[in-house]
Amino acid sequence: MSAKTENRLLDVKGLTIEIETRRGPAVVVDGIDLHVDKGETLGVVGESGCGKSLTMLSLMRLLPNKIRVTQGEAHFDGRDLQKMSNRELRKVRGGDIGFVFQDPMTSLNPVMRIGDQLAEPLIYHRGMSRREARTRATELLRLVGIPGPEERIQAYPHELSGGMRQRVMIAIGLACEPKLLIADEPTTALDVTIQAQIVDLVKGLREKLGMSVVWITHDLALIAGLVDRVVVLYAGTIVEDAPVDELYANPRHPYTRGLLASIPKLSDAPASRLNSIGGTPPEPGRRPEGCPFAPRCPLAMDVCRSHVPKLEPVSAAGSHRAACFAVEKAREAA
Amino acid sequence: MGAQPLLKIENLVKHFHVRLGAFGERSATVHALDDVSLDILEGETLSLVGESGCGKSTTGFTILNLHRATSGKVLYRGQDLTALDEKRMRPFRRDLQIVFQDPYSTLNPRMTVGEAIGEPILFHKLATKAELDGKVAALLTDVGLPPRFASRYPHELSGGQRQRVVIARALACQPKFIVCDEAISALDVSIQAQIINLLLDLQEKYGLTYLFIAHDLAVVRHISTRVGVMYLGRLAELASRDELFETPLHPYTKALLSAVPETDPEHERNRKRQILEGDVPSPLAPPSGCRFHTRCPIAMEVCRRVVPKWKEARPGHLVACHAVNGE
Repeated sequence: MSAKTENRLLDVKGLTIEIETRRGPAVVVDGIDLHVDKGETLGVVGESGCGKSLTMLSLMRLLPNKIRVTQGEAHFDGRDLQKMSNRELRKVRGGDIGFVFQDPMTSLNPVMRIGDQLAEPLIYHRGMSRREARTRATELLRLVGIPGPEERIQAYPHELSGGMRQRVMIAIGLACEPKLLIADEPTTALDVTIQAQIVDLVKGLREKLGMSVVWITHDLALIAGLVDRVVVLYAGTIVEDAPVDELYANPRHPYTRGLLASIPKLSDAPASRLNSIGGTPPEPGRRPEGCPFAPRCPLAMDVCRSHVPKLEPVSAAGSHRAACFAVEKAREAA
Repeated sequence: MGAQPLLKIENLVKHFHVRLGAFGERSATVHALDDVSLDILEGETLSLVGESGCGKSTTGFTILNLHRATSGKVLYRGQDLTALDEKRMRPFRRDLQIVFQDPYSTLNPRMTVGEAIGEPILFHKLATKAELDGKVAALLTDVGLPPRFASRYPHELSGGQRQRVVIARALACQPKFIVCDEAISALDVSIQAQIINLLLDLQEKYGLTYLFIAHDLAVVRHISTRVGVMYLGRLAELASRDELFETPLHPYTKALLSAVPETDPEHERNRKRQILEGDVPSPLAPPSGCRFHTRCPIAMEVCRRVVPKWKEARPGHLVACHAVNGE
């Protein structure tokens, strides 16, 4: 166990996030456990509103108003992020943990040259001089594949294309060589050709810098060749957690199966019907009793509507876990 | 194939004039659509794909006369739609409908679902007030929503439900042709699959023809009869679905297809992608000759100077590339 914990970079336990609504508090993230090992790349997959972004924002205490963490702890490199003072946390944000947000147009400062935006964390976290920071900023732009970095550091965000802006965001996230890079749907707004460029870029940088990566996405195809392990979220709970090959080859939770079946494949017959999941995810505050997926689940039994299934091992090695009564049953029968 | 063309698009051009500079002192022309010709066959799903700004949405808008064409023709039942003013266009609007990407902004928040669907029916006088409720209920059933939804407001619905309402409204005047402009792009994966199934069912039931504009190639491959690839306002390639995905000819199509990820970790880790360098050039100043030559891995001298012809390279497979057409 100790060897295992030693290798843990991020360890989240029982994280619960609530949102204030007119009808009172509603649970949006329901006591999830999550961990990232050193050097590991974790994919966090789920549809809009499943709590994947909130979970990651909460680690950095960046939750919007009216949304707050009510329970749980999050250890990063042995220290509890939730218990840190604001001053300590500022050292971690952008320092040991880099963040890349979805929309580079709203996350970059429109009236600041990108060179200055890149230099800011270097001066703050690494105590560099302006001149040193500037040199490093140029290097970073080159690292993320921006042509002519010496001139580009003078540019304002609006002078760059969407793909270039996202590269700048990644460069800022990487500026202080973080131990952990959290990327929240970093390619969603981009064209498929640029998306492929960014995925390859992060793959290369990860190896070069030896960092851990958490990649949040709704796209199971995109992360297939990028991550080591996948966590599938549904309505604020983890429904499945598995090594990447295992998850795609042998998905156990009916939601994961439904998601994979919903993605058109090259082998599909033309214009055939897709195996879609009926219904829609529950809204926060209107989560059903029992398993949150039960109302849409083809395998739902009585117990699913009254009890919440626990995330339990479904493989002999214990590395593949699913939260489903039907799956557990299959294992006992086997 | 045997199907008759429902719409014939001939040399369609759309330029936008924009003003630049802090005081709009300079003017420029955006070459959004240049010399696009294609037939849309009855009952087919023709998809247009390409990166943002390639003109795929502009094509849809210009065909429906929502953008006035700069030049060229759109022939529907022998009539050139681009020659019609708004009033004379009206009878054709019944047949030619559109579904937009964002179901949040395309429904009037102050109108109930029933009013939104009923409006085109009353406008085109397809039913009396007394028959209207029955018509609306039938349309809601068609798109998989319970008829009681007629009294609801858009804010009470999820994204997928709203998109169903938008589709029901497009169906309300029994159209022949629907432009689906990124109609499923804003939806979650599990909901996307539901809407794709719905579009396929409706097509079969009513013999609809779709122009499906999308950037998700996996979805396009699933839903299309034929696929057109656009780059910077021009068609680069057009072929039947299988032909395009299995034997793409244009270097841009090849690059685009090699960027599409698949749900297979082993394959994804080992695949060699043909990564396109750089970004799409600005449509304000498109490159000379073949517009793709600045990013093309096999560009030749001629590509910089001469616009490649739009030619049939194989039966039913059109492509605009000097390297392929051997000009």
